[in-house]
Amino acid sequence: MKDGSLRAGDINAFLDISAHTTAAVPLASTSAACGFPSPADDYMDRPLDFNDLLVKNPAATFAVRISGESMRDKGLYPGDIAVVDRARSAVSGSIVLGLVGGEFTIKTYRMKAGGIVLEAANPDFPDIVITEASAFEVWGVVTGIIRTF
Amino acid sequence: MARPIALVDCNNFYASCERLFQPQLRGLPIVVLSNNDGCVIARSNEAKALGIVMGDPWHLVKDRHAGSGIVVRSSNYTLYGDLSARVMRVLSDFSPELEVYSIDEAFLGLGGFEGRLEAHARQLRATVLQWTGIPVSVGIAPTKTLAKVANRTAKKDPASGGVCVLLTRAAQDEALGRLELTDLWGVAGRMAERLTALGIATPLQLRDADPTIVRRHTSVVMERMIHELRGTPCLDLERHSPDRKSIMATRSFGRPVALRREMEEAVASHTARAAEKMRRQGLATASLIVFAHTNRYRPDQPQYGGTRPVQLTVATADTGRLTRAAMFGLDCIWRDGFSYKKAGVVFPTLIKAGAVQGSLFLHPDDPRSKTLMASIDALNRRYGRGTIAYGTATGAKGWTLRAEHLSARYTTRWGDLLAVR
Repeated sequence: MKDGSLRAGDINAFLDISAHTTAAVPLASTSAACGFPSPADDYMDRPLDFNDLLVKNPAATFAVRISGESMRDKGLYPGDIAVVDRARSAVSGSIVLGLVGGEFTIKTYRMKAGGIVLEAANPDFPDIVITEASAFEVWGVVTGIIRTF
Repeated sequence: MARPIALVDCNNFYASCERLFQPQLRGLPIVVLSNNDGCVIARSNEAKALGIVMGDPWHLVKDRHAGSGIVVRSSNYTLYGDLSARVMRVLSDFSPELEVYSIDEAFLGLGGFEGRLEAHARQLRATVLQWTGIPVSVGIAPTKTLAKVANRTAKKDPASGGVCVLLTRAAQDEALGRLELTDLWGVAGRMAERLTALGIATPLQLRDADPTIVRRHTSVVMERMIHELRGTPCLDLERHSPDRKSIMATRSFGRPVALRREMEEAVASHTARAAEKMRRQGLATASLIVFAHTNRYRPDQPQYGGTRPVQLTVATADTGRLTRAAMFGLDCIWRDGFSYKKAGVVFPTLIKAGAVQGSLFLHPDDPRSKTLMASIDALNRRYGRGTIAYGTATGAKGWTLRAEHLSARYTTRWGDLLAVR
């Protein structure tokens, strides 16, 4: 353990890696030298931070990229970034990032009388019926989609 | 009664990180290699069962276990670091007193949770697993040393469900009775031999030994160990890791470096990396040490090693100033005709950047330098290390680390996101 070893003191360097979000600071509009204070000063808000909208729980939130067409009719297109929250529990109707037989898939999670069905949102793709032999688990719940033009 | 302390330890942390985004690796033996793909630094349970030992050189493991389906990964510290930060963040929800002890371990003060320790620990464990995907084991005891013992029991005993509480003397006796001396936190083989020579052959015998006699024959560390094993805390929780006393950036080269130009690139890159680490903590340095040496394990080749301290007039955190100083140092030690194996830069003493004193002719870093450094750091954070660098530190980087089995940086780079169909 020469080069690769980590000592306790080094952990700070790692923890600092955590996502840096916006660092915008509201510009102070008044300075003593320039006369009257701005009447807007009392109404200053922080600038909009898109993370507020997309990330409820940073420790449990991950991003994956959509690469197939199977959820097209729900508005999930190839190239989109899906926001996945592992802290959320899936309920019937949730869009989930699931693991079926060791493979990742994004589908609508549906509880039916016969059990769990993972529904595609594209007639070209079959639904996946979960059986006891399916080795299925919910990896996380998809809580949003990011797409830029 | 001492306030209970929990040690939370991630199970086979690096292997667990690899499996989170590659579930097909579950159940397979995984080894993770040190920087430069040198030797084994982490193993999954399956790899441990194959008899692979920490520190084994990879090329030997590869030959010995050919055909065993063993999966190899280069160490992906970017991924491990991000997942570690997530685990620690979840842990901080479970106690106001958190000491991050290493990348995959933390001590938690659980004073106030007496009476529902086990339930609290089970909930902690379930939450970390659900939120981050990383399995952890929790050991709870009155002292850090016993918490380590409890954690070990939680890991080894399948019936524990990953949680072990050692608050009663009977439970501690049973757990200690199953251990060897070298299983104790901080007892290495040589110390175990010395203790055995004193007639102390087991952890229980150590606990019940006379502390003054043990101290006389070994050290105050062992005396403390005895008190800790008896449930009297000697090691406090350190909530804030102290600032670093020094920073070092060094790597072995992926292949021998014989060209001065490549050595300059390497030393400049290390300087930039160390300078960034330093700025992140609001520190500055007034001196640095440059070193380079050949491969000591190749006695058939000509050997050389050089070290050169460089003193700056005024402390700085400016990569430009530090790179010039490092290049001066390299100029002093460089000798043609050798194949260098390793080089690095050390900032041996650090001071608060805000407390830097100027001199008659030289000033501390001016605001323009600080703004420039902040911009460089922000760009490199956002777009990946080395996006923007000083000219000296750029180049083909033929000398960089070997990392031939690196998985994606799934959580820190947009280009590396897991693709899901």
